[in-house]
Amino acid sequence: MTDADGCATATSPWLAAKTLCWREIVRFFRQRNRVIGALGQPILFWLLFGMGLSRSFRMSPDAEGGQSFLEYYFPGTLVLILLFTAIFATISIIEDRREGFLQSVLVAPVPRWSMVLGKVMGGSLIALMQGIVFLLLAAIFQLTIGVQTALLLVLLLFVSALALTSLGFVLAWRMESTQGFHAIMNLLLMPMWLLSGAFFPVPPLDGTIAWSQVALHWCMRINPVTYCVAGVRRLVYDDVALQGIWTPQLETCWLVTGCFAGIMFAAACWIAGKRTTGDLL
Amino acid sequence: MTEATTDVPYAIRVSGLSHFYGERQAVRDLDFQIREGEVFALLGPNGGGKTTLFRVLSTLIPCQQGDVKLLGFDLRTQAPEVRRRIGVVFQAPSLDKKLTVAENIRHQAALYGVTGKQLRDRQRAMMEQLGITDRANELTETLSGGLRRRVELAKGMIHQPRLLLLDEPSTGLDPGARADLWQYLVRLRDESGVTIILTTHLLDEAERADRIAILDEGTIVALGQPDELRASIGGDMITIEAEDADALAFAIQQHFSIKAAVVAGRIRLELPEAGTWVATLVEQFSDQIQSVTLAKPTLEDVFIRKTGHRFWHEKEKVA
Repeated sequence: MTDADGCATATSPWLAAKTLCWREIVRFFRQRNRVIGALGQPILFWLLFGMGLSRSFRMSPDAEGGQSFLEYYFPGTLVLILLFTAIFATISIIEDRREGFLQSVLVAPVPRWSMVLGKVMGGSLIALMQGIVFLLLAAIFQLTIGVQTALLLVLLLFVSALALTSLGFVLAWRMESTQGFHAIMNLLLMPMWLLSGAFFPVPPLDGTIAWSQVALHWCMRINPVTYCVAGVRRLVYDDVALQGIWTPQLETCWLVTGCFAGIMFAAACWIAGKRTTGDLL
Repeated sequence: MTEATTDVPYAIRVSGLSHFYGERQAVRDLDFQIREGEVFALLGPNGGGKTTLFRVLSTLIPCQQGDVKLLGFDLRTQAPEVRRRIGVVFQAPSLDKKLTVAENIRHQAALYGVTGKQLRDRQRAMMEQLGITDRANELTETLSGGLRRRVELAKGMIHQPRLLLLDEPSTGLDPGARADLWQYLVRLRDESGVTIILTTHLLDEAERADRIAILDEGTIVALGQPDELRASIGGDMITIEAEDADALAFAIQQHFSIKAAVVAGRIRLELPEAGTWVATLVEQFSDQIQSVTLAKPTLEDVFIRKTGHRFWHEKEKVA
């Protein structure tokens, strides 16, 4: 459809988001090193740490379930895969800006939120795909979950991926170089993951522990990533297996992860919506 | 549908436009108009303000001060309307290297709501016109600079804008590719009536435009058709090289009562019937003159006349 002066009128923010999302996915699969980096490293970590630390890792002695470290570490690895993929996906914003691609999107007649949506959705779907591949691998280790649980797990992973990709977007939007992003990754994102109960359990508050443990407990408790990991843990393992590990209720996990995703996405839209000279190289 | 608020014959009307980067003022109080269907060049040395002007006109950066109307729409309040009607080709390539030529065009089209049959028809026509049909499925990272620029043009034109903005379109192109580019631009103007605005730091490229605005230090120092601008010199140019240019210039001024300027160590004289002056000057000052050049005025001469310094000012300072 065209109007009187021959200008196409049907610009759609959803179409723009869709095309940008699709672009992310196509780009990802054309860069094999990204596929390997995002999936390979966490799996390697999982196997090496899982096997290497299995002898020194011990659940509280009265716990009946008694998980191996390989089992304990599994949900954390899943979230690490999401985090790595989200990081790589959002680093591409810096490249888009440096290589000039972003400019043509910024002057297109689409609202900024649709650009954010496209980018974040693309990154999240890539992360989700990698998460699912890892879940299928887990089948080898005789992890058995029902269909309904599997669907819930996929949904939770998707919401978590949305949150992490949006967080990555917020951090990457104003960055000039990928080196700067690596510094942020080491200072913020990796500690967020380490303090999420992915690698070691949240120390329980039973009144007898040192103040450092209390501080650690609260640091981990206010970390939204903790709830992503705990949600996965609750979906994958039963209560018996989780005995002795401080794990928030599943409902809390859904709520926190949902809010985390919503707030981060809104923040990404807000930061991208501010039109300043910082949009330039 | 928002109506255009004013006047049609002008594609662009700019009044009182200024832009600051922090404390530094990049463009100062610009006033000019560009008619529809014109090829208009913004000529100036690097740092002259043309890229800033380009960024404001392309809606990449906000209009801070002044009033700009593109195709009758206010840049400040009707940016989405402006965006739908302009095509922008940036200097930095905006192609996604990991996508094919066709994919790049398709993604751009989707941003402008061009899909389906309309997209296929336009894409086919555009790629034929630009001679990139056989490259449709190649990744753009494998293309040469000239071919990439053609894909950029296809991207910029896929939504059939009425106004095309190009930032330094010839940069990195060999002479053949540059000629192709101009052929395409001229055809676009003649056949589709598209208004074309381009920035350039190349004097010979600006010569091809219908009108030129010469920018220096953020202001327009001259504006008009290339011939008009050259004619404003009022004669031909004599350039003299001498060991002591300042002393000789002074002597010439004293002796003949004509204006002799020294720019970058050379004496410049703008004179009607300059040919006859060459013999007179050489006769009078043969011991001091090392070389004399007689030439028709160029755009660079216009630039020097207006600014008092050479076009490649910065380079000279470095040298």
